[in-house]
Amino acid sequence: MANIKTLAKKQEQQVRLSSGHSLCAGCAEPMVVRTVLNSIDDPVVVANATGCLEVATSRYPGTAWNVPWIHSAFENAAATIAGVEAAYKGLLRAGKLERKVRFVAFAGDGGTYDIGLQALSGALERGHDFLYVCINNEAYMNTGVQRSSATPRCASATTSPVGDAIPGKPQDRKDLTEIVVAHHIPYVAQASVSNLIDLSNKVERAMAYDGPKFLNVLTTCPLGWRTRKDTSIPMAKLAVETRYWPLYEVVEGVYKINYKPKKHVPVEEWLKQQGRFRHLFKSPEGKSSLEEFQASVDENWERLLKKEQCLSGADAAQ
Amino acid sequence: MRKTMTGHKAVAEAMRQIEPHVVAVYPITPQSEIAEYYAEYVHDGIVRTELVAVESEHSAMSACVGAAAAGARVMTATASQGLALMVEILYIAASMRLPIVMALANRALSGPINIHCDHSDAYLARDAGAVQIFTESAQEAYDYTLIAQRIAEHKDVRLPVIVNLDGFTLTHSVQVVEPLEDARAKGYVGDFSPNYPLLDVDHPSTWGPFAMPDYYFELKRGQQAGIEAVPPVFLAAQKDYAELAGRPYEGFLEPYRLEDAERALVVMGSTAGSAKETVDALRADGEKVGLLKVRLYRPFPYTAIADALAHVDRVAVLDRALSFGTYGALYSDVATALLHRERKPILMNYIYGLGGRDTTPQQLDQVLREMKSGDPDQGLRYIGLRE
Repeated sequence: MANIKTLAKKQEQQVRLSSGHSLCAGCAEPMVVRTVLNSIDDPVVVANATGCLEVATSRYPGTAWNVPWIHSAFENAAATIAGVEAAYKGLLRAGKLERKVRFVAFAGDGGTYDIGLQALSGALERGHDFLYVCINNEAYMNTGVQRSSATPRCASATTSPVGDAIPGKPQDRKDLTEIVVAHHIPYVAQASVSNLIDLSNKVERAMAYDGPKFLNVLTTCPLGWRTRKDTSIPMAKLAVETRYWPLYEVVEGVYKINYKPKKHVPVEEWLKQQGRFRHLFKSPEGKSSLEEFQASVDENWERLLKKEQCLSGADAAQ
Repeated sequence: MRKTMTGHKAVAEAMRQIEPHVVAVYPITPQSEIAEYYAEYVHDGIVRTELVAVESEHSAMSACVGAAAAGARVMTATASQGLALMVEILYIAASMRLPIVMALANRALSGPINIHCDHSDAYLARDAGAVQIFTESAQEAYDYTLIAQRIAEHKDVRLPVIVNLDGFTLTHSVQVVEPLEDARAKGYVGDFSPNYPLLDVDHPSTWGPFAMPDYYFELKRGQQAGIEAVPPVFLAAQKDYAELAGRPYEGFLEPYRLEDAERALVVMGSTAGSAKETVDALRADGEKVGLLKVRLYRPFPYTAIADALAHVDRVAVLDRALSFGTYGALYSDVATALLHRERKPILMNYIYGLGGRDTTPQQLDQVLREMKSGDPDQGLRYIGLRE
């Protein structure tokens, strides 16, 4: 199991994503990438969907990647890594390779929840041996903060602005983690950039399995969330403490909530620090939206508790 | 040994002999049987290929890109809408200089939806950066699948190669095909040595970077050098194959009774077979007619086309697809090829065979007769169309 010392030591030993990239100040993405890659001991090949991470780390003729890395398009990170993994299997069978290599795909929420969903589902169903990491910052940040199906209800985005008629995004976000769970793959988890130990442990547990593994990692975007650049970690932490973003895993169908906040922190505490929700605090309609938002968080949390109860290790053993 | 088989089976046989490390494929009429035959080879343990039965053609080409960049020999096949879905990634495959060989069972693009042959799919991918070869028969589809592998993997080229075969006319009809023995086919294709493979984990490489105005242009110019390297590679690969297999293949084009022709047709694909019959029949009547079949469509062999046609008085270029709002794509290329020649033929453009409409020797006979006096400024003409 990882601790802060082992993570720091790995970062010293192998710099799989180097500094010098052009991700924004306060962007939480590199921490997710480094923690994921440093939690895998074997050589890795990385596929990256189009997005901030890709653009900011691969500007020709430079590269921030010290591992083999491929970017092809926006919607096909899962299919691309599936091809790399198929090549590995084919070359092993042909006697052209011997070493153990692992495969990781990184994509944002737009590239995962929306345009890449079909390729992801196909690769999960076919059972390729890879880890897919959705770096979820809840909107199309690279193209200028347009709403995605991961954007929460009420949030202001450039294609769901706060207008006089429609105040922000009218729809709930998609529950992608549960859609992935329905593929019955060995390992699915939600993690947050605020808890790198938990993230690292999840990667280690995931990589113990052959077949598809999936991580949905809440990753603060100060630009899109309109938060202070020095609060990316506290902001992601508040999302967990308010139960908006539960840390949980589904291992071979068994649910486990990895962290249960001891006291009830209202989701308002998280929302009020983000410019994208500011309008909710300025009008009577906003107040009722806040109440609905809280009700939805509570309902989702209760549902997850029930799932954990019904689909627990104890039940699975029976 | 001569065997009877469909075009599907002929392509699948060539693929079995090549035995790529990865085949990523999605079914679509009229390509499906290629995927089915290959799946049988995999499931019966005849080949060691990793078969990726993807959920779309977009993922088929994406998986091909990942696999080829990883260092594997990779093949796929598609048609029509499938190619349309692949095209985004085909451009990327070409830009990464990945030698992915694919059969394209030519089928009309929707809409309306139609499953039969025309060349609108091949034309859609015309500017993608892939090499394109057109075949006339199941035998040629087999032969050029092997030849394509050599072209694609040549160190100066390293590009995707599309082997076109007319949907149904070639894919589904049973013809006599003489495949090579396995060992000779494998020997001809040889081993594949990839450039900077992702799976060389000790030498990490970055594939598909982000290139801004300061480099994009130079990178695309580099890609152009790759396709400009094709002609000598095509000729050498074709010559080696012709000698090995005893085939009469020579050049980028197949001229038929063209030396002294006063009128000629230019055509690609299976219609060349009907056109040869028509030419023979008219020659028997004393008409000086001929045919030019285009084998290598991309890169377009401009000089060879001009050399072959410059002496002809009148040429009808047959396009099996509309390029809406302008002349047919093949016609435009032929016209460009002849533009700077002092002696050049009068050109006419005929559109034929859309959505699988049959084009008969009688209709081609009529074209060759009427073009004697036809007005070259008429614009598009249509064969076998109810107006």
